[in-house]
Amino acid sequence: MELSPAKSSWTESWRSFKIATWLGWQIASNWTDPFMFAIYSVIRPIARAAILVVMYSVITGGDFSNPLFPYIYLGNAFYTYVFSVMNGVAYAVIDDREHYKTLKYMYIAPIRMPSYLLGRGVAGFLTSSLSVIITILAGIFFLHVPFDLRQVNWPLFVVSLLVGVAMLAMLGLLLGAVSLLVVRHSGFLADGVSGVLFLFSGAIYPLEVLPKWLQPVGFAIPITYWLELVRRSLIGNVAEAFPTLARFNNLELLGILAGLSIVFGVISVFVFRICDRLARERGLIDRVTNY
Amino acid sequence: MNKDAAGHRPYSTKYTGWRLFWQSVLARSYPRIIGQQRELSWLFFDVLLPMGSVIAYVLVYRALKAPAEYVGFVVMGGAMTAFWMNVLWSMSSQLYWEKEQGNLALYIMAPNSMMSILLGMALGGLIATLLRAVVITVLGSWLFDVHYVVASPFALFAVFALSMVALYGMGMMFASAFLLFGREAWAISDMVQEPVNLVSGMYFPIKSLPFWLAAAASAIPLTLGLDAMRQLAFPAGFKLGFLSTNVELLILAVLCVVFLGGAKLLLDYTERLAIREGRLTESRR
Repeated sequence: MELSPAKSSWTESWRSFKIATWLGWQIASNWTDPFMFAIYSVIRPIARAAILVVMYSVITGGDFSNPLFPYIYLGNAFYTYVFSVMNGVAYAVIDDREHYKTLKYMYIAPIRMPSYLLGRGVAGFLTSSLSVIITILAGIFFLHVPFDLRQVNWPLFVVSLLVGVAMLAMLGLLLGAVSLLVVRHSGFLADGVSGVLFLFSGAIYPLEVLPKWLQPVGFAIPITYWLELVRRSLIGNVAEAFPTLARFNNLELLGILAGLSIVFGVISVFVFRICDRLARERGLIDRVTNY
Repeated sequence: MNKDAAGHRPYSTKYTGWRLFWQSVLARSYPRIIGQQRELSWLFFDVLLPMGSVIAYVLVYRALKAPAEYVGFVVMGGAMTAFWMNVLWSMSSQLYWEKEQGNLALYIMAPNSMMSILLGMALGGLIATLLRAVVITVLGSWLFDVHYVVASPFALFAVFALSMVALYGMGMMFASAFLLFGREAWAISDMVQEPVNLVSGMYFPIKSLPFWLAAAASAIPLTLGLDAMRQLAFPAGFKLGFLSTNVELLILAVLCVVFLGGAKLLLDYTERLAIREGRLTESRR
């Protein structure tokens, strides 16, 4: 039976995504035993959280009852997804091109490159989920983060998380597209971009702290709304103590997040097509750089 | 240049001994200093983007209404992070990358010493990263109006120089150790990046950590280097310093010897082991 072109394209994309997910997980995890892998997965985000905890503690003298603390702590914990998912998708280009030298084979195989790259990001999502859970548990048990399972708005949390992760994967595709054109030291691309987004998204401080002329940047990026929704769903009363997005109700925030995610998703696909074309034209698909 | 009996210049001069050593150092540093300029994207990715994290940490202190000197601490820490990232990713794991790409066997087959290759990597990386660190310091200081009161420029330079020698010496030692690793090299680099940012006090005075943790972290050259530089560059630095700057200078000098000597010993050992076990060109992907 022959499939229609549209159905065939969808099947190919789904197959590429599934295989890339499996491959990404194997690459991420099979270099060591599960215990070591678990430590490896959580140590970076835990250390990052600890930096903020020490900074907060030094200045406030260890007063963790201020609502700013859970605001910072949860924002930082969920921000782990931003780096992991974006890097998982974007670094696959560098990894396949310069390390495994298989990118050229991927290009001639009957797969969809965007779906393949998105699949490679799933491993990042899985490992960062473990980190987020452990970071939050450490906050609840050792740092008195006010978290009550009965107060959590679970439907809002699940929907926000899913939309947010999809949005991050599309941003990763955007970075993956740029990675096709730049050399290996751009392995820090996701690191750098997540650093900039960290600055503008109000992850670890309310947007009011930014100079007025920079605040619109924060309002233009979907991560700001995503982090606010996650905070509201988990610790609604604390999150509402900050006026940044107080004028929006949850449904409006969700609408803005979905709208911006679609916009950035379309831009990502568009940019990927351009960069993909340029990389083929300039013969960059099998480039190896080694500064 | 010497000519042969017929009066012709030789096509090339065969260096040996120290001249070969320094030529190899310069040759390996060349792609990092000059070659890199052919692809200027690093200016954006390695200088401007990392500023985002620095500014974010500054704003956390602003949100917490921290004293002004903490802003300067973050800017200085951000600049030093550039060196740490360079040592971690372009020194420690570099020989692993070279092995994966087939250059390592060529380095060993060539008549130069491997130490000269490591030194060349360190020299090139240090100079290239210095530019990034200067840009981060200048931009951060300008953006946040950071004031420095340098009591002794000579002492500040000495601390910085010793920190760099010790740090890159550590990178050379790790590079040797990483020769023995396969894919674990990448994971180990990734794993230690953020914990070192934490324990070396990149964004806060190391004195804030428990004494024994800070003492243990002093084995990382950045920890004492950064602490001493903060003490020498900020009026409140001495109050928040972990040890006196003289003691820190002395420890840094010891670390220089330990890491450079360790790099030589470890390189000899791993090279012998890798040759014996036939793992120099092995690529465990």
